[in-house]
Amino acid sequence: MSELQPVGPPLWLLLELTYRCPLQCAFCYNPLDFAANDTELPTDDWLRVLNEARALGAVQLGLSGGEPMLRKDVETIAGEAHRLGFYSNLITSGVGLTEHRLTALKLAGLDHIQLSFQDSTREVNDFLSNARTFELKRRVATWIKAHAYPMVVNCVIHRINIDRIGEVIALADDIGAEYLELANAQYYSWAFLNRSQLLPSREQLARAEQVVATWRERLDGRMRILFVTPDYYEQRPKRCMNGWGSTFMTVTPDGTALPCHTAKMLPGFDFPNVRSSSISDIWYRSAAFNRFRGTAWMKEPCASCDEREQDLGGCRCQAFLLANDAAAADPVCAKSAYRGVVTQAVEFAQRANTIEQPLIFRRRENSQIV
Amino acid sequence: MSDILATHRPHLRKGFRLQWEEAQGAHVLLYPEGMVKLNRSAGEIMIRCDGATTFAELVCDLERAFSRNHLAEEVRGFLAHAFAQRWIDFS
Repeated sequence: MSELQPVGPPLWLLLELTYRCPLQCAFCYNPLDFAANDTELPTDDWLRVLNEARALGAVQLGLSGGEPMLRKDVETIAGEAHRLGFYSNLITSGVGLTEHRLTALKLAGLDHIQLSFQDSTREVNDFLSNARTFELKRRVATWIKAHAYPMVVNCVIHRINIDRIGEVIALADDIGAEYLELANAQYYSWAFLNRSQLLPSREQLARAEQVVATWRERLDGRMRILFVTPDYYEQRPKRCMNGWGSTFMTVTPDGTALPCHTAKMLPGFDFPNVRSSSISDIWYRSAAFNRFRGTAWMKEPCASCDEREQDLGGCRCQAFLLANDAAAADPVCAKSAYRGVVTQAVEFAQRANTIEQPLIFRRRENSQIV
Repeated sequence: MSDILATHRPHLRKGFRLQWEEAQGAHVLLYPEGMVKLNRSAGEIMIRCDGATTFAELVCDLERAFSRNHLAEEVRGFLAHAFAQRWIDFS
């Protein structure tokens, strides 16, 4: 029984340094109410979090946001991470990265930079993020290469750009990417709000998979392509974050510690804060991190399912969003009583044209309304 | 890669880092967005992939360190796997 297994250390730490971001991507996973709280931890608190998490065994580190480069102390944080033995990843839109800062980050010991694109064309890239960033991203890519970082490109895929997935791969190859993440949007937060405009059709998805397969062959291992399908098209849920409280910890700008970066939406939780609790207490002893560990919390159909150890019931946020119960089976699962909600969204996506409705961009004004 | 020669010098690819993790009791290979926990023999082979040591020297060194003979095929098999995974390259 997995609930009796000892809890391993948090191996993967994601620091969301700020919610500030010049981009307004319509699929952002930051909370809808991000503007309600402008608090950001000061540098010293981030450094303490790094020290405490590393002492427990955390080794992979993501520096994210918002746009993390809007913080002036990324170099300091990356330097401390390097000193402690973390493998550090800067997850950025490229905005705020200058050649000067890139050099400083390299000296500080940052291990790699993941650069996001929203599309292969300037028009759609800039439209989806409601910001002119395409040319800047291309420039940043050349600096990343010049500083001998591994080049990791990420592009969130959805109905609006999926038909140009081949061009996105060509762009990534052109700028010398070694890794390309083509991650279909998953439907939480802002992407959930815009789901009807973002969920691709079955046909679009099948075509995209074909294009990816052709490119993989052509590239012959020169670039690794990771293609993540939307959960909605699966029959079984994915293990969320490798299991609640099993591997990952996210710390939000104000210091709230979460088992995954969208968990803050779940009602009835009192998530601990790194300003008042140690990382060790949060990870091993807090009610929030223990709530969905293992399988003892499960209801039917999960509780008696022979696949429960594999997928651990799927994603708690998806269960809450679609079944209004964070302890339910992930409705993506064909065995879920709520699968119909997913099927309905998928069927809607098969129509030639979805309802004309503007995208809701992730911006402060919208954050205060929705 | 089945044609690993005695003079080939394996090394980690750019962006990869190998380190001992006390909390996991293992050597761990770290790379962008990923992490592989290595078993003992894999860890012992990988720490010798320094770009200076040849395949032949690496095998000799392991045989000496573990008082074993005829490790060449096992090491060759693992290095072929590591190459296919794009963890290492040869010079």
